[in-house]
Amino acid sequence: MRQVTLTVNGRRRSAEVEDRDLLVDLLREKLRLTGTHIGCDTSQCGACTVLLNGAAVKSCSLFAAQAEGAKVTTIEGLAKGDTLHPIQQAFHEEHGLQCGFCTPGMVMLLHEFLRRNPDPTEHEVRAALSGNMCRCTGYQNIVASALHAARTMRGEA
Amino acid sequence: MIPAAFTYHAPRTLGDAVRLLRAYEGEARVVSGGMSLIPAMKLRLVQPEHLIDIGRLGELDYVRRTEDGGAAIGAGATYRSIERSRTVAAVAPMLVETVRQVGDLQVRNRGTLCGSAAHADPAADAPAALLALDATLHTTGGPSRRSIQARRFFVDAYETVLGPTEVLTEIRIPKQPARTGSTYLKFANKASRFAIVGVAAAVTVDRGGVCTRARIAVTGAGPRAVRATASERYLEGRQLSAEAIAAAASRASRGMEFIEDVHGSEEYREHLTGVLTQRALMEAARRAGV
Ligand SMILES: Cc1cc2nc3c(=O)[nH]c(=O)nc-3n(C[C@H](O)[C@H](O)[C@H](O)COP(=O)(O)OP(=O)(O)OC[C@H]3O[C@@H](n4cnc5c(N)ncnc54)[C@H](O)[C@@H]3O)c2cc1C
Ligand code: FES
Ligand code: FES
Repeated sequence: MRQVTLTVNGRRRSAEVEDRDLLVDLLREKLRLTGTHIGCDTSQCGACTVLLNGAAVKSCSLFAAQAEGAKVTTIEGLAKGDTLHPIQQAFHEEHGLQCGFCTPGMVMLLHEFLRRNPDPTEHEVRAALSGNMCRCTGYQNIVASALHAARTMRGEA
Repeated sequence: MIPAAFTYHAPRTLGDAVRLLRAYEGEARVVSGGMSLIPAMKLRLVQPEHLIDIGRLGELDYVRRTEDGGAAIGAGATYRSIERSRTVAAVAPMLVETVRQVGDLQVRNRGTLCGSAAHADPAADAPAALLALDATLHTTGGPSRRSIQARRFFVDAYETVLGPTEVLTEIRIPKQPARTGSTYLKFANKASRFAIVGVAAAVTVDRGGVCTRARIAVTGAGPRAVRATASERYLEGRQLSAEAIAAAASRASRGMEFIEDVHGSEEYREHLTGVLTQRALMEAARRAGV
């Protein structure tokens, strides 16, 4: 076992892990942050997406030990008290989720994407979401949510 | 899915990484972005006893201009940092075009160009671009440091000339000649985005529109990425017309070995190789100003 120390949602956290434990195991099992979901467990679906030092990564495809010293943001880290993050609010308003399983990953991916590309085209949003799968919505309202969030975050709506 | 147990090492220097590789020769693997290795470990297709992480070595995380106007890309450079690099955009826009087509954003945030080359997945995109750009691959950790030309690097599916303790430290892309146009086109597997067939083409023309240099490389079609030398030879010295390009493309599969899998038969891949070679050459010629 080894001790891993990292900053999760602004708080320093430590946990004992096996070398083969994945970052998603650390988050869900050790830190009880179960908002990060495991969909495929094979690097395909994006449900486990979190930010690692600001970059969207699939936490099922990274060992916890590799995140030693890193800053990790999960879906739990976005809302400020009762106020949803603009991306979460946009999903709420545009009906961007049905079962909600894919949503945390979608939101975390969009968090990085919209920071780098605050005024994307619909096509760019669809391309950015290519590593995130949704079995329910048909993506239409997820794309609408992304564009809505982009407008809010630019101060236009 | 839980990988077999192993010991994780996070060396602080490249020298330490090589020492670990030598100490555990035969039982160790380096991990860089982990985007090929970790999924394979989870499936227990690979079960190293020691995992040596070179992905956190600051000394390998760079993209820089070389003295001779080319680009040097360190083993730590992710696809995303290459996508955003002005140096690569200036030296080899085709490489930017290629890495943008790899997987998805999350994979590109972790995966590295050197990792893709070392892994030598027959369906990977980067090998085609490296071949068509005449890249050289620099290593350390073997009996001596080596710099290997891309066309000598890829041996077979998942096999390169790298030895068991050798680390690929840097890929160099030489400055391309004036009036060179290039592109990378792929027919992607719709689910994984890997190449069923991908073709990288770079053509250089003189002022009269005669092709003075052609580099064409094909990935996905066979067990390893290869140059389409028959097409290259046909074009060099000829006026770069649509007819010449069509004739060159019809020679693309000469001497090439094709694979068959659930995504397509050998005949299908051979057909795609010709079609994509023609399209890539037309676009490269347009970009060269023909
Ligand atoms: C969902 C998904 C989609 C993908 N889609 C595509 C795609 O469309 N096109 C494509 O080309 N690829 C695709 N990939 C693969 C991805 O491009 C590769 O995984 C990645 O580029 C490999 O680099 P890495 O740094 O992640 O290597 P790792 O996974 O860390 O390593 C791969 C292998 O190379 C060895 N290695 C790594 N770096 C070095 C080095 N510097 N020196 C010596 N040996 C080394 C390792 O020991 C290991 O055996 C996809 C992957 C995933 C998970
Ligand atoms: S659970 Fe990580 S990509 Fe699906
Ligand atoms: S809302 Fe159900 S998977 Fe996306």
